[in-house]
Amino acid sequence: MVQERIVPDTPVEGELSNKEEALRYYEDMVLGRTFEDKCAEMYYRGKMFGFVHLYNGQEAVSSGTILTMRPGVDYVCSTYRDHVHALSSGVPAREVMAELFGKATGCSKGRGGSMHLFSSQHKLLGGFAFVAEGIPVALGAAFQIRYRRDVMGEDDDRVVACFFGDGACNNGQFYECLNMAALWKLPILFVVENNKWAIGMDHYRATSQPEIYRKAESFDIPGHEVDGMDLLAMRSATLKGIDRARSGQGPTLIEALTYRFRGHSLADPDELRSLDEKEAWLSRDPIKRFETYILDRDLATQGELDDINKKIEEEIEEAVRFAEESPEPDPSELRRYVFAED
Amino acid sequence: MAETFLFNALRAATDEEMARDRTVFVLGEDVGHYGGSYKVTKDLYKTYGELRLLDTPIAENSFTGMAVGAAMTGLRPIVEGMNMGFLLLAFNQIANNAGMLRYTSGGNFTLPMVIRGPGGVGRQLGAEHSQRLEAYFQAVPGLKIVACSTPYNAKGLLKSAIRDNNPVLFFEHVLLYNLKENLPDEEYLVPLDKAEVVRSGKDVTILTYSRMRHHVLQAVKGMEKEGIDPEVIDLISLKPIDLETVGESIRKTHRVIIVEECMKTGGIAAELIALINDNFFDELDAPVLRLSSQDIPTPYNGKLENLTIVQPEQIVEAAQKMVQALV
Repeated sequence: MVQERIVPDTPVEGELSNKEEALRYYEDMVLGRTFEDKCAEMYYRGKMFGFVHLYNGQEAVSSGTILTMRPGVDYVCSTYRDHVHALSSGVPAREVMAELFGKATGCSKGRGGSMHLFSSQHKLLGGFAFVAEGIPVALGAAFQIRYRRDVMGEDDDRVVACFFGDGACNNGQFYECLNMAALWKLPILFVVENNKWAIGMDHYRATSQPEIYRKAESFDIPGHEVDGMDLLAMRSATLKGIDRARSGQGPTLIEALTYRFRGHSLADPDELRSLDEKEAWLSRDPIKRFETYILDRDLATQGELDDINKKIEEEIEEAVRFAEESPEPDPSELRRYVFAED
Repeated sequence: MAETFLFNALRAATDEEMARDRTVFVLGEDVGHYGGSYKVTKDLYKTYGELRLLDTPIAENSFTGMAVGAAMTGLRPIVEGMNMGFLLLAFNQIANNAGMLRYTSGGNFTLPMVIRGPGGVGRQLGAEHSQRLEAYFQAVPGLKIVACSTPYNAKGLLKSAIRDNNPVLFFEHVLLYNLKENLPDEEYLVPLDKAEVVRSGKDVTILTYSRMRHHVLQAVKGMEKEGIDPEVIDLISLKPIDLETVGESIRKTHRVIIVEECMKTGGIAAELIALINDNFFDELDAPVLRLSSQDIPTPYNGKLENLTIVQPEQIVEAAQKMVQALV
């Protein structure tokens, strides 16, 4: 039996007792899961191409962070595993699906693809395909917030959530940006989705200090070790980070211990992870856990949850239909968007 | 403005644009308290504060990426590369993010940013500080590349670059900062996409940029003695190339020499020759000739360094050969 690094139940501040709010989180997680399952199906049916990295298993991190912020107001910066961050940010499922189908109606107009989702309207800064390269971009957005406040005198209380994986924490940009964010007290949450594997590189073979949250100490900022399979724990850590960011105290590092239920990408044979390990994490499915939480506290009935599941199924079917029926980008616009004037 | 050094012309441009637009800020190594390694931002932090003249840690990749994020969210950053060579460390953020992000985002974001600083071969600075990155970056889509060469164009071009809504790589030359020139008192802009006809002539078109403009002008004196009447064009914009001005000149002279400081392989001239062949081949009376730096790391030794880059005598010689062969 593998010894998994699992956070003991994180003390949760402020129980989630509001039904509407609980269902919003639940719906978002189900949306993420259902969307990704549909992507796998569409990929194998030849509807989408390239490298497609699915998020199954990590939903509590996206929903617990982004929905606790203000989607569409606060900034989100993602990686190549970005579909669900986009959905939590409010980018309509049909626009994400259409992008994956390479259609003109996609959120990046069919120019980006799976790893390059963008939406200025939803404050989604991307979709960054190289490991760690999004971190400085998120830092720039956070600097901009402070700049508007302190230079331009605007009343700006926005924050930035910057997502990246355990692999990125061995890259220089991670350290450079934590340093600058701490130095200038920028309103940013660095959210590490530690899913233990950088493609085939075991986290424990890649880093000298596997407890990533402890790296925060070197920058004199708080680092939280959080159960990334627990929506409430993610929500609680996010609330702390937001408070700190808004009050001008600067960044927070959140290490979410999580797991991807699928391979690195749909092209990954996934041969290195043991069955024991997978089972240990599958038993901690964040959606099932939150479902139990909701039912145990009578926040909603099973019937209400089933209705949400059904609604999401329909939304995803509609997204596929929309993507199928959407036009391809106009070949005469091949060169459009290279420059600002185009 | 009375007689102004080139570095002060750049400083004035930055100052004017920062006064005009509060979203403009400068970041980089030693741009604040220290005033920039060539004093382009001297004392500006006293006027605009430390957030607008942001001294960064030595982390080129990350502060360039940070500028990308700031530009995406509505600010107008000016990144100073203390030496443009250091920006090799930021190649990913310049190429993948600054250059390509607008396109890959399907027009979701614009990136109004300037990346500027000293490039070129100086005096015995060694190979790493003697880079001509314009050649490395010319293949990146979405970037504009500009090289200034006089105090007048430095000021007007930098102001235009700051106002442009695209990422602009703005090359200064380490040996041109102390050029002096009388500048107009009134505000002026110089367009980013126009080449400058520095000298009109009829015998041969000489295309050049940055410091080599001054080498060419020195060579012109020698050519005049030989009875050659060259047309000298400073390209200014290295991407895109102002083919209109170039073409007009070729239709007049039918002969072209390109003088550049970058290395020959994959250089600016290499691309320019291809463009000239594509567009004006029928106008040419002779193959285009290029004078480039040697394809070697710039040596430290002064004599070897001089042999590495093009010297005025070589330009005169090349012009003589080309013109006489065709008489």
